[in-house]
Amino acid sequence: MRRDVSDKTLLPVAARAAIRESAGRFPRGRQRSAVLDALRLAQEGNGGWLSVELMDEVAEELELPPIQVYEVATFYSMFQVRPVGRHCVSVCTNISCWLRGGEELLQHLESRLGISVGESTFDGRIFLKEEEECLAACTGAPMMMVDHSYHENVTPEEADRIIEGLG
Amino acid sequence: MADNSVRFSVNGQDLEAPAGEMLIAATDRAGIYVPRFCYHPKLSVAANCRMCLVDVAGAPKPMPACALPVAEGMEVETRSDRAIAAQRATMEFLLINHPLDCPVCDQGGECELQDLAMGFGRDISRFSEGKRAVPDPDLGPLVSTDMTRCIHCTRCIRFGEEVAGVQELGATGRSEHMEITTYVERSLKHELSGNVIDVCPVGALNNKPYRFNARAWEMSAHATVAPHDCVGSSLYAHVLRGRVRRIVPRENEAVNETWISDRDRFSCEGLYVRDRLQKPLVRRQGRLIETGWEEALEAAAAGLARVTEERGGQALGALASPSATVEEGSLLRKLMSALGSANVDHRLRQRDFRGTAPAGPAPWLGTRFSDVESLDSLLLVGSDLRSEAPILAHRVRKAAMAGARVSYLDLAEREYLHPIGTGSVQHPRDWARALGQLAGRALRGRRRALWLGGLAMRHPAYAELLEAAAEAAAGAVLGHVTQGGNGAGLHLAGVIPGEANGSGAAGVNAGQMSREALAGMVLMGMEPDLDCVGGAGYAMREADFVLVLNPWASPWLLGNADVVLPIATFLETPGTLVNGQMDWQTFAAAAPPPGLSRPAWKVLRALADCLGLDGFGFADTDQVLADLKQRIERAPAAADPTPRGAAIGSLALDDEDYAGLELPMYSVDGLVRRSAPLQQVAAMRRAA
Repeated sequence: MRRDVSDKTLLPVAARAAIRESAGRFPRGRQRSAVLDALRLAQEGNGGWLSVELMDEVAEELELPPIQVYEVATFYSMFQVRPVGRHCVSVCTNISCWLRGGEELLQHLESRLGISVGESTFDGRIFLKEEEECLAACTGAPMMMVDHSYHENVTPEEADRIIEGLG
Repeated sequence: MADNSVRFSVNGQDLEAPAGEMLIAATDRAGIYVPRFCYHPKLSVAANCRMCLVDVAGAPKPMPACALPVAEGMEVETRSDRAIAAQRATMEFLLINHPLDCPVCDQGGECELQDLAMGFGRDISRFSEGKRAVPDPDLGPLVSTDMTRCIHCTRCIRFGEEVAGVQELGATGRSEHMEITTYVERSLKHELSGNVIDVCPVGALNNKPYRFNARAWEMSAHATVAPHDCVGSSLYAHVLRGRVRRIVPRENEAVNETWISDRDRFSCEGLYVRDRLQKPLVRRQGRLIETGWEEALEAAAAGLARVTEERGGQALGALASPSATVEEGSLLRKLMSALGSANVDHRLRQRDFRGTAPAGPAPWLGTRFSDVESLDSLLLVGSDLRSEAPILAHRVRKAAMAGARVSYLDLAEREYLHPIGTGSVQHPRDWARALGQLAGRALRGRRRALWLGGLAMRHPAYAELLEAAAEAAAGAVLGHVTQGGNGAGLHLAGVIPGEANGSGAAGVNAGQMSREALAGMVLMGMEPDLDCVGGAGYAMREADFVLVLNPWASPWLLGNADVVLPIATFLETPGTLVNGQMDWQTFAAAAPPPGLSRPAWKVLRALADCLGLDGFGFADTDQVLADLKQRIERAPAAADPTPRGAAIGSLALDDEDYAGLELPMYSVDGLVRRSAPLQQVAAMRRAA
């Protein structure tokens, strides 16, 4: 099932090594457990999204049928299977944030960026992720997550500042 | 029952089952019905449909019977208010997104969801929101998709992963966005993939060529046996208004369990094709003219009589398809014998006949199919088993997954879907030499087997290979993956040249007839240009008289036959096939043959009558079979078939002799070659 690794691969050598290392932490034949880790590494090295070709390489690296990798990638909202902007912005609209202005915050960002949730800005800078369910920061509602950082008690003005500060 | 069994009660009935068995298996055995969708006895437990919820005393909520191991003293109610309420709630939930398109759904009438909705569903839906719609992936020419109907039981996914050995379908997305798909558009490639049609409890995955052909309740089911490989899978042919509409598996644990290969399922698409013969043909002034039976049989008899009178009976030769029934084979042998010819054969693609004693025992697998699963080691010599006999390959895979050491000696790398002990790829000329050493490494444990596959039996120096294999086996079972659907049966029926047909003469074998045709040839159920070793099509043109019995008119047959008699396929004739584990499997005709075509056994009987031959007064195939069995009982004990040393001589072979050893899965016989969906799959495989 495993083909020779050609020179032209999408997965960086370092990512391949890290994936193998991750797979090695599970018993033999249980490399399916390493798919999450492998996809995270692959996505980080690819501007925040996973192409079919990239997922195929992950499957090949882990010696799994490609469909088992597609299943995981499409199941978890942390993985994107379409090209998206560099920075991933998600605004919580679950109960606590909703009561504290999460929806208004999201609407503000939509109109400011000129995109709807699930879309990315034309310059490829910002990806406004599908409405996020609770991210467990209710004490600081409303909250938003930018890349992997939490921002709490966010006002529209503060959200603007955060977005402007992104590269 | 064994010591580890436990006692429990279901609906007040006392039951006993091995500890650890799932409750649903125990209730099924006891005939207590528990509704289910995702549970399948041949697949792992998923417990995701929740239809089998039952009421267990002491449990805080209903439990799924498919994932509930039986325990001592357990008290279960399957029909209590709580169980019924849970089952009804599950059904309501499953129907939320299911379209109500039963009137246009092929599954209608044989649908598990429809049946259970009758038993557990409400007559109106409380769901007023929009239903979801799911795009249908194109899974290729065999399986149609209507994924909006899918209830996510995941049987098809588990079938791929656990039975086929390669997961082609998966569940992408989650919750309301979950879809059963290949994600990237690709066709199902596995040779057993058609079984997802049967495991799918709804109309999401269906038989594509059969689409909109018939309703399940209109058709009659006829038990029959598949003729395309040595497994002889048990089938039902579903027939409507005299035509076979589709083939489904017939459960037979000893042979095919509940599965069948795609070849067995979809070959029936080759039945009613444009070149199916409707009437006999006779050559007049160089052209084949349609005639009635009387004229055609007279022309056939006259042709055979002329050759016999002018050149003697030994100038006649007959070849039968390796999938012909034993009755057809037996009558053909009798006919030739009565005309004074010992030249009959069914081993159409065999190249080397040296040392094969005609009176030797019939080749077979040497092992019951079910015992294959408990082998310790197996060495496959020259066998593309997944293509030769997909169901047998599945048994081998089960053995390998359970720890058996499966090794191979082959001419090419193939995709094996299980662990391999020792794999050796060598030019076939080196096989005999390599075998001894390889067998030493490959064959271990108590239950060992060495099988010779189709490539081995087509080997140009088969005699040496067989001798080497017999030596290398050294106590292991030496088996043959017999070719066609009746390789063993036709051997027993005496469709091999020489002594075995009782004429005493040595006889001319299929290889010789392929190189140098005799003056008169009788070809039954085969096409020389496609079914024999290369060149047979050219050699047999030289025969003065060619009599063809075949269901179809191929260009070769139309160009070279003098008389063409249209015969029935396996679905249209009663008969018997002997499979690789020596089961004599007798079946009845499922449908009438089209047009004027007739079962071959009747045609041969009529031909014998026209020739004025005695001993053909059989009223039915049972009498033909009884006559053959008597003959087998009278025959002397079989001699050791293995050729030895100098007795077989030696051959000078060049590369050309080794050409074309492969036999693609969907080229094995006329019916398969005419099945459009299988040929589409074959074309995709070639392109891949």
